[in-house]
Amino acid sequence: MYSMSIVVEAILTGMLTGSVYALVALGLTLVYGVLHIINFSHGAMLAAAMFAVLMLNQVFGLDPYVQIPILVPVLFVAGYAIQRFIIGPGSHGKDENILMITLGISIVIENVLLAIFRSDIRSINTDYSFNVFEVGPFIFSQARVFGLIGSVVTAVVLWIFLARSDTGKAIRAVSKEKLGASLVGINVNHVYATTFGIGFACLAIAACLLLPTFYVNPSIGGTFVLVAFTVVVLGGMGSIVGAMMGGLIIGVVESLSGLFLGESLGQIGIFLTFIAVLLFRPAGLFGAKA
Amino acid sequence: MKLKNYLSIIVVVALLAILPMMLQSNVVLNFLIYILIVTLGAQGWNLLGGMAGQNSFGHAAFFGAGAYAISMWQINLGLSAWSGFVVAIAVGALVGWIVRFLSFRAGLRGSYFALVTLAFAEVLRVLANSAQFTGGASGRLLPIETGVQHLQFADRTYFYWFALAMVAIGLVIVRWISLTRFGAHMIAVRENEDAARALGIDVLRTKLRAITISAAMTAVSGCLYVQYFLYIDPTLVFGPKISIEVLLASMVGGLGTVFGPLVGTTALHVLGEAAKLFAGEIPGIDLAVYGCVLIAAICFLPRGLLSLWPTRSASKKAQQPAVETQP
Amino acid sequence: MTTRHTSINRRTFIKTGVAGAAVLAAPAVLRAQTPPTIKVGVLQPVTGAFAMDGGFGRVGAEMGVAKVNAMGGIKALGGAKFEMIFADARSNPEVAVQEVEQLNSRGVAAIVGGFASPVCLAASQAASRYNLPYIVDVGVTDQIIQRGLKNTFRFSPGFSLCTRTAIENLIKINDAAGKPAKTIVLVHEDGLFGSGLAKMMAEELPKHGFEILDSISHPTPARDMSNVALRIRSLKPDLIIPSSYYGETVLLCRTLRQQRVRAKGIFAVLNGAASNLRFVREFPDVAENIMDCNHWHDPQKPAAIALRQEVEAAGKPWNYNIALNFSDMLLLADAIERAGSVDHEKVIEALASSTFEGHLMPYGPTKFVDGQNMGAAPVMTQVQKGDINVIFPEEFADAKANYPLEI
Repeated sequence: MYSMSIVVEAILTGMLTGSVYALVALGLTLVYGVLHIINFSHGAMLAAAMFAVLMLNQVFGLDPYVQIPILVPVLFVAGYAIQRFIIGPGSHGKDENILMITLGISIVIENVLLAIFRSDIRSINTDYSFNVFEVGPFIFSQARVFGLIGSVVTAVVLWIFLARSDTGKAIRAVSKEKLGASLVGINVNHVYATTFGIGFACLAIAACLLLPTFYVNPSIGGTFVLVAFTVVVLGGMGSIVGAMMGGLIIGVVESLSGLFLGESLGQIGIFLTFIAVLLFRPAGLFGAKA
Repeated sequence: MKLKNYLSIIVVVALLAILPMMLQSNVVLNFLIYILIVTLGAQGWNLLGGMAGQNSFGHAAFFGAGAYAISMWQINLGLSAWSGFVVAIAVGALVGWIVRFLSFRAGLRGSYFALVTLAFAEVLRVLANSAQFTGGASGRLLPIETGVQHLQFADRTYFYWFALAMVAIGLVIVRWISLTRFGAHMIAVRENEDAARALGIDVLRTKLRAITISAAMTAVSGCLYVQYFLYIDPTLVFGPKISIEVLLASMVGGLGTVFGPLVGTTALHVLGEAAKLFAGEIPGIDLAVYGCVLIAAICFLPRGLLSLWPTRSASKKAQQPAVETQP
Repeated sequence: MTTRHTSINRRTFIKTGVAGAAVLAAPAVLRAQTPPTIKVGVLQPVTGAFAMDGGFGRVGAEMGVAKVNAMGGIKALGGAKFEMIFADARSNPEVAVQEVEQLNSRGVAAIVGGFASPVCLAASQAASRYNLPYIVDVGVTDQIIQRGLKNTFRFSPGFSLCTRTAIENLIKINDAAGKPAKTIVLVHEDGLFGSGLAKMMAEELPKHGFEILDSISHPTPARDMSNVALRIRSLKPDLIIPSSYYGETVLLCRTLRQQRVRAKGIFAVLNGAASNLRFVREFPDVAENIMDCNHWHDPQKPAAIALRQEVEAAGKPWNYNIALNFSDMLLLADAIERAGSVDHEKVIEALASSTFEGHLMPYGPTKFVDGQNMGAAPVMTQVQKGDINVIFPEEFADAKANYPLEI
């Protein structure tokens, strides 16, 4: 039905989009791997981060890429605080409670954004928004390629951090054996909060990379949440490599199902993948046992 | 079925039944009808999430299944509303059964189960959105035909009583279940699934029964919604809004209790109206309040508002020592 | 002083006049002292998905009420002024119904607004229980009028009319330019007007020599339009016809631009962005030359120009929704004036027999048949040099069409 070159370009574009999904999922999978909680507010926080990028761009004229070093620490602190002071104490340790609290947080964030920004769709117009790389018959948006690069770089940096640094090792220790880690003197609460903070920091980078090619409105968190979960589940909860691969695969799935089933029905591709993975291989591609 | 166990239900229902006769305002009546519809959905959720401990984030799947079943029965097939009502209950229950069966096979519990219900609700939404015979994204209107045979009532008060009757049946069912062995099984599964299995409880069957009844109740709620507003579209009935509402209501009102959903729904909606009154200009303020309330509820009142109500239940007594050991 | 002298004279004159009127119409006397206000309900979704448009509707209604009062209120009721009672429909039907109940309990004479079709449907139905007149501002679905509700009136055109007109206009514009376009790709949102429009187009246009290469549907919201743009790019149509909401159209146009897709024309129908000045302001290069068949005010009417200037002077953006709600308010005032009362039945009759011309829309005198204003029609607009001009039909046009575009 479609020529090969269209299908191939769709696959490649899907991978580009998927790389940003992977970045979004990175934070989520890390949080799950360490805290064993499913953070429902991930999508809403992404929306908040995107609005932050928008505001800094409109008020101070800062280019989104330039904002990365600014927003990363800010969101890290925000994530740390939320886990340390709201989720941690409030959940009384029970799993379902955590799910509910993060749901509550997501509702609050989404509606505070709504109150401040109204529901209009906003986008930014950067100089390079329309620039493309032309490779043979294919046209790729520059901003998206940068997104891919940014994603991969972040993943690599994170991986190195977890493998080499002391904090990274502490994080891995807690994720494997919480009690043992605390017995050797690791402050578990601090580690939890740090991990959460890192998760949100990844969102800051994702937001900066997304906004040039995308739009934002308060309810966009919802659209990303399920995609992010699908990536995490597909890749395996707690696996960084899994998140990257999962992201790329999901991006391609979304692109191809949109191409062949029509954009409306094509949305089903992601949800069916999600259900299929959960039913048949809940550990995902690279994950430990669920 | 001892009567005294249902005394509280009878009293509450009776009070609610005479309410419209004391009110003159249609505004309040409309408000109450909507509360009843959501309560019914929340009762369904509460059965599954509160009593059986299976949190679902996608109860809209059952709500919408019931709503679409009854509307398509009438619009596409031109059949009567009452038979459609029965069919819708069956459809809802079936969807619930399928969801649970599939997830059980995969050993899904807790958070995974919650997510998978969300995915199912979204799948149904996309399907309803794309299919021609459901009216697609533009939704469907039910033709206005007042008359009991069409399950539409010219006088709103009758609809109120009908919804109240449904809620009452729900209350009775929940109370009855809590007194049977099935109810005990559900609580056992909720508290510790592995231990329950070790005791010989058929976990799969318990879960399946729980979700079937839960889904059926929520499907009834969906039917009422459609018959009252006479309009249906995929986002309204399969969207996350309904899923979150029924969840919130149960959590806030009292997980696993009989009156929890009713109390929770009322509290939330009254709160929402109050928020609108004081800060109506700010969009989304009432929903932001809901979110805060949920967080606050989990942090401070994990057992819901009803835990503030003194009860005669044995479990409560057991928590308080017969003799005060602290001054 | 002269002033006082004159004012005493005027006062005496008015007193006599009032006394005279009192003799003729006793009930009016009760109100003549301080004419009570006529409450008018305005229902708009100012929070939720339709908040942007709801906001415009509200502005239009407010200015309409101000205008009615500035013109002296309803003279038949002793100069009684309009008092706007606003209700937020919050973009969903349940709340709309609740708000209608509230408005009714506050004794409004009529309700104007709704904007979104589901809201209009639910609200007008709720209003019909009380026989409360309901004037729909934008809601295009045909179902609004087909239910046989006596109380519901729609001043603006409905969906099928807009679609038919769009098809006719497209053919005319294309013919007038020498038929440069043959192949078409339709892009539409998968909802009511998107799918219905695509269907009608796919049936009608081939009869006039056009070839529909593809009909691409997309959901709202849509995260990404790359694939859609990709398909269009590979098909290389002469014309692209998008009927989508604001966000998706913006995304599509930007993506098309990015992928260097050029067509002889982009011909939108009932599009959320093509007749929206915000799109034009934010992305002028992308929006330039987009045509749209949509609601718009009559640029030949000085009152419309004046209103636009007033709105923009107040720092607010202009939108057709403002003109529509403004006109609806004047229409209502005219009906109440002719009915001489706020009794629901009389107002409904007055609306049904209305031949109102003092509105800002390119419609001619109103004529309601079963609640639909038969004179209503959309017009063709085009974005030209950072503004939106009407290019068709000629009697309302204030610019010529820039078509076909060079590829």
